[in-house]
Amino acid sequence: MPANGNLLTVLLFLPLLGAVAVLFLRNDDHLWIRRLSLAVGVAEFLLSFLPVWAVPPGSTGFKLEVFIPWITSPRIGYHLGVDGISIFLIHLITLLTPIGILASWNDIKHRVKEFHIMLLLLEMGVIGIFLSLDLFLFFLFWEFGLIPLAFLIGIWGHDRRIYAALKFLIYTMAGSIFMLVGIIWLYNHTGTFDFVAIQQMVQSGQLVLSQRTEMLLFLSFFVAFAIKVPIFPFHTWLPDAHTEAPTAGSVDLAGVMLKTGAYGLIRFCLPLFPDASHRAAPYIAVLGIISIIYGALVAMVQPNLKRLVAYSSVSHMGFVTLGIFSFTHIGMQGAIYVMLAHGISTGALFLLVGMLYERRHTFEISEFGGLATPMPKYAGFFLFTVLASLGLPILNGFVGEYLVLLGTYEKHWQWAAWGATGVILSACYLLWAYQRVFYGEITHQKNRELRDVDSRETWAMVGMCFLMLWLGVHTRFFLFRFQASCATILQQASPNRAEEAATPKYVIPSAKATDNSTERVASR
Amino acid sequence: MSPVSLVDIHRVLPELSWCVFGVVLMLLQPFLKSRQGLTFLALIGAATGTLTTSLAAYGSGFNGLVQFDTLSLFFHWLLGLTSFLVILASDSYLEREGLDPAEFYALVLFATAGMGVLASAQELLTAFIGLEMSSISSYVLAGYRRDSIKSSESAMKYFLLGSFATAFFLYGIAVVYGATGSTYLAKIADAEPTGNLLRLGLTLILIGLGFKIAAAPFQIWTPDVYEGAPTPVTALFSAGPKAATFALLLRIFGTSQAATDFWFWAFWILAALTMFAGNLGALVQGNVKRMLAYSSIAHAGYTLVAFAAVTTMKATPLGPGQAYGAVAFYLASYALVSVGAFTILSELGGKGERYLTQDDYAGLGTRQPFAAAMLSLFLLSFLGLPITAGFFGKLYIFTAAINSKLIWLAILMAINSVIGAYYYLRLIVVMYMYEYKGTVPAEAAVGLSPTAAMVVTVAGLITVYLGIMPNHVLGLLVTQNPMVTSR
Repeated sequence: MPANGNLLTVLLFLPLLGAVAVLFLRNDDHLWIRRLSLAVGVAEFLLSFLPVWAVPPGSTGFKLEVFIPWITSPRIGYHLGVDGISIFLIHLITLLTPIGILASWNDIKHRVKEFHIMLLLLEMGVIGIFLSLDLFLFFLFWEFGLIPLAFLIGIWGHDRRIYAALKFLIYTMAGSIFMLVGIIWLYNHTGTFDFVAIQQMVQSGQLVLSQRTEMLLFLSFFVAFAIKVPIFPFHTWLPDAHTEAPTAGSVDLAGVMLKTGAYGLIRFCLPLFPDASHRAAPYIAVLGIISIIYGALVAMVQPNLKRLVAYSSVSHMGFVTLGIFSFTHIGMQGAIYVMLAHGISTGALFLLVGMLYERRHTFEISEFGGLATPMPKYAGFFLFTVLASLGLPILNGFVGEYLVLLGTYEKHWQWAAWGATGVILSACYLLWAYQRVFYGEITHQKNRELRDVDSRETWAMVGMCFLMLWLGVHTRFFLFRFQASCATILQQASPNRAEEAATPKYVIPSAKATDNSTERVASR
Repeated sequence: MSPVSLVDIHRVLPELSWCVFGVVLMLLQPFLKSRQGLTFLALIGAATGTLTTSLAAYGSGFNGLVQFDTLSLFFHWLLGLTSFLVILASDSYLEREGLDPAEFYALVLFATAGMGVLASAQELLTAFIGLEMSSISSYVLAGYRRDSIKSSESAMKYFLLGSFATAFFLYGIAVVYGATGSTYLAKIADAEPTGNLLRLGLTLILIGLGFKIAAAPFQIWTPDVYEGAPTPVTALFSAGPKAATFALLLRIFGTSQAATDFWFWAFWILAALTMFAGNLGALVQGNVKRMLAYSSIAHAGYTLVAFAAVTTMKATPLGPGQAYGAVAFYLASYALVSVGAFTILSELGGKGERYLTQDDYAGLGTRQPFAAAMLSLFLLSFLGLPITAGFFGKLYIFTAAINSKLIWLAILMAINSVIGAYYYLRLIVVMYMYEYKGTVPAEAAVGLSPTAAMVVTVAGLITVYLGIMPNHVLGLLVTQNPMVTSR
């Protein structure tokens, strides 16, 4: 155990500590509640950079592992660790939380204290999801994260907030209960909840599942994750949740909550059930393609700006699904890259839409028009974000989607062709919406006096735009850090491995195989 | 028959102390006028009984009529703690409703003693005495608010149907005696398990006890009785008799006797019906107390799932300990959480328990943050969310069920959990997200009384404690066969 073995524990529980501290502030002391939460958020963001040193480019396996036995019966351990995939997703949440707090500085006026406590608890839950290496612990945080978000939607949301909050909760809980059954099934057959241990059993052929059982287990996990991603046809909760959520809730929802689903697919579904994943892959990839196209088409006809962005999320997350289930190295990297890029650009879009709502209290596109005249800076930021989101080269959206399509092309050019239509469609709906909102005549008098972005909003947006550019240009910084982890997962999930391992006499030396794949990656 | 020795007394110390304090309370009533004094005495009585539980030595007493073992120890602790909390919660309730405290407390203690007998009985007639002790006290307690029609209805219904069920139980004992020539559980367990007469007798017993635990189709009385009874009494009903009866069921059906297809399917069907009856009923309730009454039926159903596992676990290497543990842990988690939740309901109901609809709970999150937060915690525990006792309770049942290859029952339970999620969450949503419409007059909208707040805090702490460190309690039950009398 390294000397800084407690780093992840601190990272995990700092938001909780912050939430408790906020709890002790006076109810009406809004300014200090905001300041303290922001301070905790920023501290957490800075702290989340420390693990990056532990994950050098090209490294595989989990770093900074913490393992403490927690419950003896059933045996549950407090097992944390990071690798190249989770580290950036953690950055995403630690970044979006302070941004969310900034965005709600003037927006949230009632029950301010609870609002910030919920944001911080949500941050902790999501970080827990990304850090847990014990299936049980993972499930715990998976459930834990729902509650604050449901409250965020249900208390501080818009008109149909309660409907949306309940729908969100019931959908995700219904999915996760099946995952719980799957997890318990695994525990009964392996005697442990430890992900690393179970994974090794799968790898070494100690745990051999019949085709049917493996498929059922895979599905029990998949449904929980697919609802979160969301993959068509499990997406129907998302537009409601997004539309009704307050800005900070939408940002966290789009930025991170959806990623937990995709992360679960990559981290748990693939390595634990490799054969079932491969057998299900064509169907799931098709669902991914349907998500891409369906999401885009529905986004195009939305009269409501926020709903449009929500459906665009469905479309973008379709790329993630497609990338993961293409089972190519490039596709997988692309999927993770789309996750990061989408977190930033969609988060930014929700921020911008939220700013507009703060000024006009409506999301209806028909209420706007010609906004570029009264709000030039705002229009500039919006255009930048839209371009990033639709995948303009040198901005973040392009890299991931390109990699996904490239990876998919290796396997099935038809899939790639269908997926590529999503890129075109996204340009259509985003630019068309941009045109309707910002160009043309000002049709509503109210829009003439709209004030442009103030300094707080400017700084938040400048930061986001910088990240979009950075992710678009300096791709090696990110790719080098998670490509080896991707290779490991693909190697663990390869069907050949499972077949070979199933014959008991032949066991792949896993470390060596991992090294080989790393070399293969490096030589690309 | 040897005369009663000190050793025998040792085995029933908790029951004795509860009864003694009950009698003392009744005797002191004419002299002790202060309500606080009586409450204090009752609390000491409940606590003494609970603490003597730890003194009571393992082993059997009264020629094998009762047995004190890990299972008894666990349930005595649970029952004692429950009645302690119920008495503490009743203090402000009795004051508000203007009811006599002495008899109330005495009845609670007598009922607790009866349940204690149930939990350690090794012989059916002894169990019957325990059952009657707890039931008769319960009938009176249900009707304790004499001036309320609902309370009287509750008592009457409980009494009539309860007597009917007891008759089933008694007749069952007679038939079992006819079939095996004994009323001792150990002898019955050794009897030829396939005899039809024995099966009939045990079925009748199961019906009698099924009434007590509110298993469908014998659950019809539950919502009315729970709704009409004074709320602290409802808390007791939902926790104590249920736990004690389940303990007895474990002793009867946890033997090789029950390891047959017949009992397996009996419990399977009972579990499935009970879960659905409870959850579907709760789904449409506008009255919070009634909703929790239905939810208590549902929780009996979940416990029965573990029971179905008990009847199949014989063959598995893990042994039956796991399923026993699941039953006992679930009951503990449910009982204490339920006491906490009903205490809040009792406090918020106002004089005459008038403010129990969902509208009265709207916006509680801002009006009474503590009560709302704690009630949410309890509801989340009912729902089975992590870091609460209910989660591990459900988890252990799931584990036991899946271990016993009860996949379909596990799936039914999962479906029921989702249905349950809806109505529990709805109440939380109502408390935090709905606007308050001012249905509760200002004089009724006071916060929790200090005693009730204590009960709620203790119940909340236990909920979280069992949700984070479940193995302290479970280790007691799973690692060894709890019916073995060694410490």
